[in-house]
Amino acid sequence: MIDELLFFMEVLVGGLLAGTMYSLVALGFVLIFKASATFNFSQGAMVFFSVLAFCGFMQDFNIPFVLAFILAALLMVVVGLCTERLVLRPLMNASEDTVLMATIGLGYVLEGLAQAAWGVEVRRLDLGIGDFPVPWIADNLKLFISALDITAGLVAAIMIIGLFLLFKYTKIGLGLRAVADDAGAASSIGIPLKHIMLLVWSAAGVVALVAGCMWGARAGVQFALVDLALKALPVLIIGGFSSIPGAIIGGLIIGAVEKILEVYIGPFFGGAIEGWAPYVLAIFFLLYRPEGLFGEKIIRRV
Amino acid sequence: MTYTKKDLINLSVCMVLSLIIIPTFIKTEYWYTSILIPWLCLALATIGQQIVMGYTGQLALGAAGFMAAGAFAMFNLILRVPDLGFVGSLIVSGLIAAAFGILFGLPSLKVRGIYLMVATLASQFFIIWMIDKFGWFKNYDSSGIITAQDIVILGKPFTTPLAMYLVCLAVTTVLTLLAMNMARGSTGRNWMAVRDMDIAAESMGVSLLRTKVQAFAISAFYCGVAGALFAFCYLKSLEPVAFDIKLSFKILFMCILGGLGTINGAFIGAAFILLFPVFLNAVGNNVFHGAIDATIISSIEQVIFGLLMIVFMIYEPLGMAKLWENLKQKLRSKFLSANIKNLKSLKKS
Repeated sequence: MIDELLFFMEVLVGGLLAGTMYSLVALGFVLIFKASATFNFSQGAMVFFSVLAFCGFMQDFNIPFVLAFILAALLMVVVGLCTERLVLRPLMNASEDTVLMATIGLGYVLEGLAQAAWGVEVRRLDLGIGDFPVPWIADNLKLFISALDITAGLVAAIMIIGLFLLFKYTKIGLGLRAVADDAGAASSIGIPLKHIMLLVWSAAGVVALVAGCMWGARAGVQFALVDLALKALPVLIIGGFSSIPGAIIGGLIIGAVEKILEVYIGPFFGGAIEGWAPYVLAIFFLLYRPEGLFGEKIIRRV
Repeated sequence: MTYTKKDLINLSVCMVLSLIIIPTFIKTEYWYTSILIPWLCLALATIGQQIVMGYTGQLALGAAGFMAAGAFAMFNLILRVPDLGFVGSLIVSGLIAAAFGILFGLPSLKVRGIYLMVATLASQFFIIWMIDKFGWFKNYDSSGIITAQDIVILGKPFTTPLAMYLVCLAVTTVLTLLAMNMARGSTGRNWMAVRDMDIAAESMGVSLLRTKVQAFAISAFYCGVAGALFAFCYLKSLEPVAFDIKLSFKILFMCILGGLGTINGAFIGAAFILLFPVFLNAVGNNVFHGAIDATIISSIEQVIFGLLMIVFMIYEPLGMAKLWENLKQKLRSKFLSANIKNLKSLKKS
């Protein structure tokens, strides 16, 4: 009995921690959605692009770790700048769906560019954190929890606290919230819309880079990251598109539920139900609570 | 339903082109097996995507899932219910795909935009998983790749590339005409009313439930039939991997670049997305003599598709069909103004 409970706990904790990885990807979506009401479908591609660039800098040019990370982050700022200039500004008055499709195109561009520049083979990313159980926890609590998962959890926690403080207590954060509320009114009182957008896209790019590092260290830096990042979408639906805590809770729910389903129900169906379980869960949420757990209620005016 | 003179001219031009000119002038198998057949199949799937996305305005991203449902339904029907015959099986497999379409289209009643997209992604992943995991669908074949049965219609085998092309052509023609009729009739008016403003449509007495579910069902029917043809005429094998999310994105691109809310856009978009990589490879081989790696070429292709998507969204959200329309308009006005000038000069003299 106690073994079963321990096993369940292990599955649960593993799932929760893996879920923080989804949260990290979802966080990028939320940042952009909060400031510009744009669904950035290319967030997954940004994850792939940034971490591949990071690996490329490190492995092809032998740039040291920290410098490569800074370079990759700067690259994401440039991507953000170009996106704002070339994609979003011309589409300022376009409908939501049009912008969404343009970001799908943007995702394609980023994926293609990344592969053209750094090749298609799977790269190993070594962060110096092993993907193996932490001995201390294994000895004392009898739980096998990967060090990488714990790191991801910590990184996610730090980023969330940072972003929360930024949004809540800084002038920039106030500007961000103002733009999110009503872009027209915000710009008429002198909030520089362009800078805000640039800032948000750069922040989303850096978040993508961090998420990419975590994913890359686990699964290798490869194209499949884009598909994994798609799972951030059900996370967002569950948590709500405009809520940073929502992204985290959503990620945790998805991570835990998919692991538990996989371990306890999966074997009856031949496994691999992780692939669709989050989406089906999202459908149930959509049917009963379309705005997500923390999202603002969607009100459409006629 | 009445047809204008223009429709009849268009139809006869297309028929002459596809039934007489192409079979007499194109003799190489490559054209049939690698370009014409997949073009027709994917165009059909794109019409399905058009119905739900272009006409009804519901962002859906699960076309390949419905195609897989259609393809495997076809395989099982021919295997287990041989009495149905090819055409019967094709229709029934379309209907099976339509059932999935209804099931996964239901969330569209509550949500739209990216929310719906996520819901339709569920269909994509679920259907592929289901086929993959339950051996029955694959007739307990362990290799993962099943050879498709030969196409036999009324006792006659259709196995040569030309014959398969004709089969695809016939099915595509019938379904395209049907789609055009639906789009022009009250069904299509309802779809478009829902697309343009669902609340207004509802208050005018258009049932959202009926319209949306109908659009999803018909769309999935088209995708299912297209998937069956795609597997039986083009791939000649059945493997769930062939219908992954990439194919869904491809069909989405065909639909958007071709022109949302147009039937001819489906054909233009499918042709473009299919032919452009061929063209790019030819350039790579002939201009650069293979100096560029094939993976780089496919990356460049991806970048160009993405860029085109952005450019079209910014400058012409209605896609290539609209460009074609504009070109025709321009030519027409040019000739017209030339005619008017001629008339004037005639009058003067």
